[in-house]
Amino acid sequence: MRFRQPSALPGFGLTFGYTLLYLSLIVLVPLAALVAKTTSLTWEQFLATVTAPRELASYRLTFGVSLLAAAINAVFGFVVAWTLVRYRFPGRRLVDALVDLPFALPTAVSGIALTAIYARNGWIGSHLAPLGIKTAYTPLGVLIALTFIGLPFVVRTLQPALMDLTSELEEAAASLGASRWQSFRRVILPALAPSVLTGFGLAFARALGEYGSVIFISGNLPMKTEISSLRIVAKLEEFDYAGATAIAVVLLAGSFAVLLSVNGMQWWLRRRTGTA
Amino acid sequence: MPGSGHPLRDPPWLVALLVGITLVFLGLFLVVPLAAVFTEAFSAGLGAWFAAFDNAEARSAVLLTLLVAAIAVPLNIVFGLAASWCIARFRFTGRHLLLTLIDLPFAVSPVISGLVFVLLFGLQGWFGRSLAAHDVHILFAVPGIVLATVFITFPFVARELIPLMEEQGSDEEEAALSLGASGWQTFRRVTLPNVKWALLYGVILCNARAMGEFGAVSVVSGHVRGRTNTMPLHVEILYNEYEFQAAFAVASLLALLALATLGLKAAVEWKSRQARRAASEEPAGEPGADRMARGEAA
Repeated sequence: MRFRQPSALPGFGLTFGYTLLYLSLIVLVPLAALVAKTTSLTWEQFLATVTAPRELASYRLTFGVSLLAAAINAVFGFVVAWTLVRYRFPGRRLVDALVDLPFALPTAVSGIALTAIYARNGWIGSHLAPLGIKTAYTPLGVLIALTFIGLPFVVRTLQPALMDLTSELEEAAASLGASRWQSFRRVILPALAPSVLTGFGLAFARALGEYGSVIFISGNLPMKTEISSLRIVAKLEEFDYAGATAIAVVLLAGSFAVLLSVNGMQWWLRRRTGTA
Repeated sequence: MPGSGHPLRDPPWLVALLVGITLVFLGLFLVVPLAAVFTEAFSAGLGAWFAAFDNAEARSAVLLTLLVAAIAVPLNIVFGLAASWCIARFRFTGRHLLLTLIDLPFAVSPVISGLVFVLLFGLQGWFGRSLAAHDVHILFAVPGIVLATVFITFPFVARELIPLMEEQGSDEEEAALSLGASGWQTFRRVTLPNVKWALLYGVILCNARAMGEFGAVSVVSGHVRGRTNTMPLHVEILYNEYEFQAAFAVASLLALLALATLGLKAAVEWKSRQARRAASEEPAGEPGADRMARGEAA
């Protein structure tokens, strides 16, 4: 068995060596430091750190609100992607380009902008306040920021899938007597489900680690609106490196679990639709 | 077919409803925040907007942001080209593992990306002691900010290049080599022109992220005014000191950068679609009308 298949092209040694060196220096060694630091705590110390009441409250907020934000984005992202791909209306290309704004706008800018809008004297906050709805400095504010930040994921994973969905499938369904709604539910939706799920998973994972856009609008009240990323920063400011690392491990494990279970569900969906 | 039950076309009321939901949702979540940034930035007039940049701290924040991007982006371009050449042009053991590892920084959240460099270079970190002994400052100094930014923007260029180069295949490069071109000539005259739009696309995204990164940079910067503050960090400091107008003025410059990024991105997407269409029409003479029809139907 050989390491590399023969090729007429030159430059493998140089580019492979450089890629490996640069990858190790920038990514692998730093991440190894994270793993090594985790092992510096005993299991009891680790558990005590990550299950402190303030951390538990931060996980509940971070995981709960991220899940909700990803769900909102799955629903509205579907509508947005469907509209952008299927319908023609003035300004469609502009709207399409604007969808990536949450990726392009620095998170600190999104953070202060959302806070200004939803504060009690803000454009939207001032209309919600008389109704007794407080958004800024509450979990609802966190939800708004995380929905903003995850908005492009579902739209962008769904758009290519929608474009690939040929009209032949729908025509076949219609010719067999299916109504529009039936063909949507039985033909279109199952074909798009894996893409929606991917977008949902990416939005969820992104929301779990989000920091800049949240910390302004959340107000960071202990036990109430502190997200886990903020707890890491707080630990670092106290020079508690081991504590910060322990919370980071919980957060990383959470986002890997999300991505892995999305992959698993996709495999199951494909298999089911493949054999059906 | 009678109005309500057309099996292939959505009824007009549904189209109107869905377009309406789309516009309201995106308007609320995207346009309103963007408008708020510019309204607040110019709330005290143009003079006040300029005044926000007319001080040493703001100037040093702008310069540091430019410096960080000027280092991080070229580093990741060189890496992206090297990685895409070895991954897309050769088949070797561990290729898929390498691809996964390159994507790793995308899976690590900003604060944790900063944290890993604190663990390396902080006083309790792996290299902290020896660096301090030699009076070398990485953490809470410019090198740390650059490192964190390089880490965060690591996959952008490689990720755009690898799939495109795999799709294009190595036929053209092999032809150039067999005609006597050197490896370097082949890369410069054949490969680079073929991937230029994808490369530019990756660079645009990489640059936007490098200039706008907040979480990772915030952890390693130490917020030393006039020295280790990038523009996003400067925005945070001004905001926390209730200098809202100045904070939004600096933020509006970053928002302009974001808008320029989106515009360039759309332009590059359009250009590369054109280039691909031209490339695929040349050899086989595949009828363009067919592809256009498919595009229309989609």
